[in-house]
Amino acid sequence: MLEIRNLHVQIEDKKILDGLTLTVNDGEVAAIMGPNGSGKSTLSYVIAGKPDYEVLDGEILLDGENILEMEADARAAAGVFLAFQYPLEIPGVATMTFLKAAMNAQRKARGEDELATADFMKRVRAGAEKLGIPQDMLKRGLNVGFSGGEKKRMEILQMALLEPRFCILDETDSGLDIDALKIVSEGVNALKSPDRAFLVITHYQRLLNYIVPDTVHVMAHGKIVKTGGKELALELEANGYADYKTLAA
Amino acid sequence: MPAVQETVEQVRAIDVDQYKYGFVTDVEMEVAPKGLNEDIVRLISAKKNEPEWMLEWRLDAFRRWQTMRDPQWARVDYPAIDFNDIHYYAAPKKNAAPKSLDEVDPAILDAYKKLGIPLREQEILAGVQTSKVAVDAVFDSVSVVTTFKEELAKAGVIFCSISEALREHPELVKKYIGSVVPVTDNYYATLNSAVFTDGSFVYIPKGVRCPMELSTYFRINEKNTGQFERTLIIAEEGSYVSYLEGCTAPQRDENQLHAAVVELIALDDAEIKYSTVQNWYPGDSEGKGGIYNFVTKRGDCRGKNSKISWTQVETGSSITWKYPSCILRGDGSRGEFYSIAVSNGRQQVDSGTKMIHLGKNTTSRIIAKGISAGRSNSTYRGLVSAHRKASNARNFTNCDSLLIGNKCGAHTVPYIESKNATAVFEHEATTSKISEEQMFYCMQRGLSAEEATALIVNGFVKDVLQQLPMEFAVEAQKLISISLEGSVG
Repeated sequence: MLEIRNLHVQIEDKKILDGLTLTVNDGEVAAIMGPNGSGKSTLSYVIAGKPDYEVLDGEILLDGENILEMEADARAAAGVFLAFQYPLEIPGVATMTFLKAAMNAQRKARGEDELATADFMKRVRAGAEKLGIPQDMLKRGLNVGFSGGEKKRMEILQMALLEPRFCILDETDSGLDIDALKIVSEGVNALKSPDRAFLVITHYQRLLNYIVPDTVHVMAHGKIVKTGGKELALELEANGYADYKTLAA
Repeated sequence: MPAVQETVEQVRAIDVDQYKYGFVTDVEMEVAPKGLNEDIVRLISAKKNEPEWMLEWRLDAFRRWQTMRDPQWARVDYPAIDFNDIHYYAAPKKNAAPKSLDEVDPAILDAYKKLGIPLREQEILAGVQTSKVAVDAVFDSVSVVTTFKEELAKAGVIFCSISEALREHPELVKKYIGSVVPVTDNYYATLNSAVFTDGSFVYIPKGVRCPMELSTYFRINEKNTGQFERTLIIAEEGSYVSYLEGCTAPQRDENQLHAAVVELIALDDAEIKYSTVQNWYPGDSEGKGGIYNFVTKRGDCRGKNSKISWTQVETGSSITWKYPSCILRGDGSRGEFYSIAVSNGRQQVDSGTKMIHLGKNTTSRIIAKGISAGRSNSTYRGLVSAHRKASNARNFTNCDSLLIGNKCGAHTVPYIESKNATAVFEHEATTSKISEEQMFYCMQRGLSAEEATALIVNGFVKDVLQQLPMEFAVEAQKLISISLEGSVG
C-alpha cells in the first residue's frame, strides 16, 4: 500500500528525515514509536503533503504511485487521511457543514456524484453515535471549544466518513483519559479492513493495548532504526528509548 | 454550506479582473454639460419640476459647499477630484415619466434583467422569485420604475422615487429631508444636497408592518457621471420596514463618484432594517478605475423604543468612505450595525459606524468584519458616545479583521466617549490571518485551496450574514467569494 524509499526532508535548513525507508502493506496496522524530536510528526505531515517541508530525496508511493508532487487535497482524494495531534479550529463553520464539504470535495475529485443530503445526514448521525458524539456538537463550529478528547473523537468521525485507504494517527492518545482512549480505539478498530492500512504514531505503549499493531517501528534521528512485532512496544515501554538515541547518533 | 461548491465554481469561471456587472447599456441619454455651478443646480431642480423651496434648499447647500473642503482624515489615498469634470445629470431620453413598464426603454429593462433584478410584477408573481420584493430602479440620475406601488398603497405605504415624492408628497419631504443629515453635515453630504438627482422615498404609516421587502437598485451607466442619490425613509409610530439597496456599475478606466445621502427616521416603537449589498465596480487588480463611494447614511431613532439596524455587505468600490450611524434619541431606542467589508486588489475601505446615545436606556450593538486580500487596505472607524443624559447606555462592539496574504492591511480605529457614569461600553477586536495550519487541515480533508478559503471566510462572516434578509444572504455569500477570487495562492 504505502512505500517510502530513502526519504530525506528538511525544514528551514534543518534536516528532520534522514534516509527513512518504510513499507506498510494492505490491511496492516503499523506503529511508529520514538522519542521526542525523532521526526515522527514530520513523517506524518510529509505523507499528507503539508507545505513548508522540503523533500531533498526519496519518494513516497501510494499503491505504486509517487504522491510527492500532489497537493494535500489530491492526496486526500487518493485516500490519505491524517488524524491530527492538534486538530485545528474553524470558527463559524458548523462541523456538519465542514464534513459535507470535505466528503463532496473528495467524491468530486474521484469523479463520483455528490451525496444526497439525507444519505449524508444518516451516515454522520450513525458515525457520531458510535463515537459518543452528541448531535448538537455537529452544529457547533468545528473543534471550537471542544475538549481535547472531543477533538480526537471528531478526527475519528471524519476518518470513518471519508473512508480513506491509508490512515495516519498522530499521537491520537495524547490528552485522552482512559474511557476516551477506549472509545477512540474502538472507532479505529471498527475501520480495520483488508484494503485499508494504518500508521499509528505514539510515544507510549498504552494505545497499542487497544489498537494492536502488526508491526512496530522504532524511529530515531529521522530514520527507522528497528522493526519488530507488537512485543517490541512492550520492550520499549520497559527499557525506554535510551539505547536507540545513541544507536542512531 | 451548500453555496460553497457553487461559489467556487462561479469563481473559477471568471478571471481575476472580471467584474460580472461591468457591461454598458446603450441607451440614448440626456446629459447635462460637465461642470458644477448654480445653473446646473437650477437645471436639475427644473428637470424634476421641484417646488421653489427645494431649489432654494439646493442653492443654499451649493453655496455652503463652495466654502468647504474635502475631508482628509480617512485612511484612503486618491488624487484630488475635479468636480468640474463630472456630469451631474444623466437620464435616459425615453424615460420622460413613464406610466408603465411598456414605456421604459427596453434596453434599460434588459440591463436590470441581466443584473437579476425583476421589474415586471407579473414575472415576480409567476414565481421568478420566492418572495415578493418591491423594487425602485434608479438608472444614473433617475428612477426608471418602481414596482408594487399600488399594492403597497393599499397598506398605506408610500414607496416611490424621491423626485415623485417631492411632487406628490412635498409636505412629508419638507418635514423630514435634512433633519437627520443636515445640509452642512459634511463635504459630500452638502454636495449631495445641492445636486442630488434621485433616490427612494419610503413612508410607513402608523402601526403598519410593510407587507413586503422594499429595495432600490442603483445602476451607474453613463460615463463621467456622478451619481448623487438621496434616500429618505420614515417609519411612523409602531411601524416596521425592511429595506435593501444594491448597486453596480460598468467597468471603466476612469474613477466615478458616487456620493449618496440616506436618512432614516424611526418614531415611537418603529423599526427600520436597512440592508446594503454594495458591489460598485472596484477597479482592476492594478487599481485602475472604480467607483469612489463617499456616502453619508444616518438613522434617527427619534421615538422611544424605536430601532434602526444597518446591515451592509461591501465588496465593491475602489474607495469606500461610509459610516452608517444611529442617533439614539428616543429613550429605550436601539441601534445596530452589522458589516462585512471585503477588499481585494487595490481597494481602500474606511468604514464603520457611529452610535450616538442621547436618550436613557439606549442600547447599541456593532459587529464589523473586515476581510482584506491582495494589496488592499481596510480600516474600521467607529464612534460610540454617551451624552450627559444617556443614563444606562449600553454598547457592545466587536470588530474582527481577517487577512489573506501578506500585502494587505487592516486597521481598527475606535473612538469611545462617555459623559455619563452609568454607561457601559464594551469593545472587542481581533485581527487574524487565515493560518497555513488551517488551510492544510482543510486541504487534508480534500478541500482545494479555494474551497478552504471560501469555507473559512464564510465562517468568519456568518454572524453578519445571518442578519441579512434570507433572499439576499446567499447572494451576498457568493459575492464575497467572487470578490476574493485570486486572493489564494
